Amino acid sequence: MLKLQNVSTYYDKIQAIKNVDIAVEEGTVVTILGANGAGKTTTMNTIAGLLKPKEGSIHYLGEDVTGLRPDQLLRKGLALVPEGRGILSSMTVMDNLEMGAYHRNDSEVGADLEKVMKRFPILKERKAQLGGTLSGGQQQMLAIARVIMSRPKLLLLDEPSMGLAPLIVADIFKIIKEISEAGTTVLLVEQNARQALKVADYGYVLETGRVVASGNAKELLQDDTIQKAYLGH
Amino acid sequence: MLIEQLINGLTLGSIYVVVALGYTLVFGVLNIVNMGHGEIFMFGAFMGVVVTNSLELPLYVAFIIAIVVTAILGYFLERVALRPLRGKDGVSHLAPLISTIGVSIFLENAAHHLFGAGNKPFRTSFSDMSFTVGTTTVYYVQILIFVIAILLMAGLMFWLSKTKAGKALRASAEDLSVASLLGVNTKRMITQTVILASAMGGIAGILVGLAFNSVNPQMGLSFGLKGLAIIILGGLGNVRGAMAGGLILGLAETFVVAYGASGYRDAIAFIAIIVILIVRPQGIFGTATSGSRG
Repeated sequence: MLKLQNVSTYYDKIQAIKNVDIAVEEGTVVTILGANGAGKTTTMNTIAGLLKPKEGSIHYLGEDVTGLRPDQLLRKGLALVPEGRGILSSMTVMDNLEMGAYHRNDSEVGADLEKVMKRFPILKERKAQLGGTLSGGQQQMLAIARVIMSRPKLLLLDEPSMGLAPLIVADIFKIIKEISEAGTTVLLVEQNARQALKVADYGYVLETGRVVASGNAKELLQDDTIQKAYLGH
Repeated sequence: MLIEQLINGLTLGSIYVVVALGYTLVFGVLNIVNMGHGEIFMFGAFMGVVVTNSLELPLYVAFIIAIVVTAILGYFLERVALRPLRGKDGVSHLAPLISTIGVSIFLENAAHHLFGAGNKPFRTSFSDMSFTVGTTTVYYVQILIFVIAILLMAGLMFWLSKTKAGKALRASAEDLSVASLLGVNTKRMITQTVILASAMGGIAGILVGLAFNSVNPQMGLSFGLKGLAIIILGGLGNVRGAMAGGLILGLAETFVVAYGASGYRDAIAFIAIIVILIVRPQGIFGTATSGSRG
């Protein structure tokens, strides 16, 4: 469904990711692991079109999408919840949800809005509140609810558990599972490697901008070096 | 006397609001001050002179022509002075400021060539018509200016808060990357915002022409600087702040003139900036964080 070949991205003259090859099969959950500064967010932002790769190509649904803008990719069903959630803090919860469906012109937007409000009752309760007044966990719920409103085929989540209490983290992973079971392909970046590998089918490990390991999630969970570096054994 | 001055102040203030909204919309989305806005506004005023005095067509035609011409100027300003600088490595954040100053110099000189140097009168059939209530004289043209300005403000507020396109503009003003991830074509949004702001400048130009009965190629600078003062007063990029700031400045200037200190009229705006920057640097309606985005 998604295929990165030899992708390198630079900030000015500094190379952030080097010759990255990543493939995501339709219907799976794939996770990218790595320490701070390994290039995870750069990889996600490059796939979503926020950054343009200097070398390499990105194919999505069999089409070369290298260098397309985020709004063009969203229309093809590729959505990113960015690091830090990207909540519009000066707009209401309702406005945020409606902006999720900005590119849609179909008649089912209203029904989808009902559905996400039902799934996230806290958002319904606070629909008139400004996005910036929500707690971190609620903002993450809003970010995920908003991206569901865009009906993604491939959903990119950049550190959805960052800065959240353990109980809420468990909630987030439950929701990711639900999204996957509903038929959306998920590419997940996480620091929380154990949890991520538990929901994922396949994993990649990034180190200083390169893919240094990849494999089935179950195998990575058992792998000695991965355990030492990322799972805290 | 007091009520008369209040009406004068509100009329002037509502014009300032329309000028300031043009700055604030562009600042909100692009985080830059469009120094060419004052001169685009001046072109709008001259369109009014050309249409009503030279061509002797009705006032509403002047509004239409001014909106069209200033919208086109806004489009070219974005294409020539802003877009080439965006997203390029090594471009200073001051570059768009300088390039829009370039546009403003170009437009001022073009106006000298096209319309001549001196003051041009801006007369309409009802310029001198007024009615009196008790001791208070009200000119129809004042009511017209105030009504148009209020309609424009109300329309803009409604558009920003209720429509899909308006919400997309607010989303872009808060965070361009997030807006683009939500499906907003931010390149087009930026162009549309500059065009919208410029067209509002065109309307403001005609309103100023109506109010002062005089239009000249230098007027862009003085009104432009006051527009800037207002958005600093109200909070950069804040639409409500621009509205409040414009009305406050209009009333303050009018009362200063009415109660004797007419020489200080143009100083009011800049005294207000100094006070605001000391007491509340984010502006009356601004938030402390928005200042760090620039």
